Amino acid sequence: MLAALLIVFREVFEAGLIVGIVMAVTAGVAGRTRWIAGGVTAGVLGACLVALFTSGLAGLFGGSGQEIFNACILSFAVLMLTWHNVWMARHGRELAAELRAAGEAVVEGSKSLFALAIVVAIAVLREGSEVVLFLYGVAAAQGGASFAMVIGGVIGLVLGSLVCLMTYLGLISIPARYLFSVTSALIALLAAGMAAQAIAFLEQADILTTFDETVWDTSWILSESSYLGRALHTLIGYVDQPTGMQLIAYTATLAVIVALMKLFGTPEHRHARPA
Amino acid sequence: MIHGLRILVSVMSGNRRLGKSVKISVASSLAALSFATGMLATGMLAVGILAAGMIGAAHAQQPVALSLTLKEQKFDPAELHAPADTPIEIHLKNLNPIVSEFESDDLHFEKIVPTGGEISVRVRPQHPGRYRFFDDFHHETQGYLVVP
Repeated sequence: MLAALLIVFREVFEAGLIVGIVMAVTAGVAGRTRWIAGGVTAGVLGACLVALFTSGLAGLFGGSGQEIFNACILSFAVLMLTWHNVWMARHGRELAAELRAAGEAVVEGSKSLFALAIVVAIAVLREGSEVVLFLYGVAAAQGGASFAMVIGGVIGLVLGSLVCLMTYLGLISIPARYLFSVTSALIALLAAGMAAQAIAFLEQADILTTFDETVWDTSWILSESSYLGRALHTLIGYVDQPTGMQLIAYTATLAVIVALMKLFGTPEHRHARPA
Repeated sequence: MIHGLRILVSVMSGNRRLGKSVKISVASSLAALSFATGMLATGMLAVGILAAGMIGAAHAQQPVALSLTLKEQKFDPAELHAPADTPIEIHLKNLNPIVSEFESDDLHFEKIVPTGGEISVRVRPQHPGRYRFFDDFHHETQGYLVVP
């Protein structure tokens, strides 16, 4: 039961951080709960599909199928997060102040919601597929899902969802005038972290090995495998032993997001951080 | 840029209401400049990465290949050995009847191994030490990579 609890908790915790951020970022936008719930559902279905096709996936691309799949969906999430930030820099003020006609605001808002729903789906899919595989494997080995396993999984799910709730409540308690800057910064860091993760998968698959030596080691300060380390890994892309290429991807992603926000944003919203 | 042109036209035709237009044109010029700088930096970065990739490929160290099997919830061998500062490729065959996740926090890899499947992970060059890897779906199953 404990094994099921821990695995489900860990994966729901990581996805929950992202869902919590997205919920906070879209607070006040009409219909956002539907979109995000849709993203979570799509992610769960996707996780089941990925789990189902895991053998096939593993065998693709000369054995690198898993890593390429992960790198691709992470890159896609980076694009969606970038798009969201740029879009918010341009339209956020209008959306918040409801200066546009209600109908237009809903349509415009739903484009950004769609992008974020995709990010949520990707996060749930990645974490969820491990959960599905683990639970299925344990059930198969035991000859069926045991009561202990189900209880453990449910508790893990509830605890992980609490993390999501706490993230959300913590973020929406930020005063409105700082909320845009803080959430834009969080989204940018989320994207940068995912870009570095994508690189890590390509390194693991022996596809991209330039600059793959460890640049610095902060595992003695904070280990990436501790819960705080995991949280920071998801939120800001903290890695205790980053490679050169991961650092390049991280900083390049941040640079591009900031540059695009400055280019396309309205003057008030060109800054991802408070001035 | 377009605002800048408008201002030029205003100045040339003697129009005096420039205040706001000047501010907009300065802002948009700065924005365009930041964008251009950002794109140039990204472009140079991309070229740099490609060049490094080509140079790197020419000088690439051959990774050391290590083999492992997962049988009855145990890694065999339980201890792997590899030289320091050399990339490593660990090849794992899963002989368990269930799927596993081959993972290591110390060596930074995680990969699902289907039952009966074989996978490979590349590990970056390591300093001397003792590094733990495990089956994330069954934590009692663990092994070590020893680098003297």
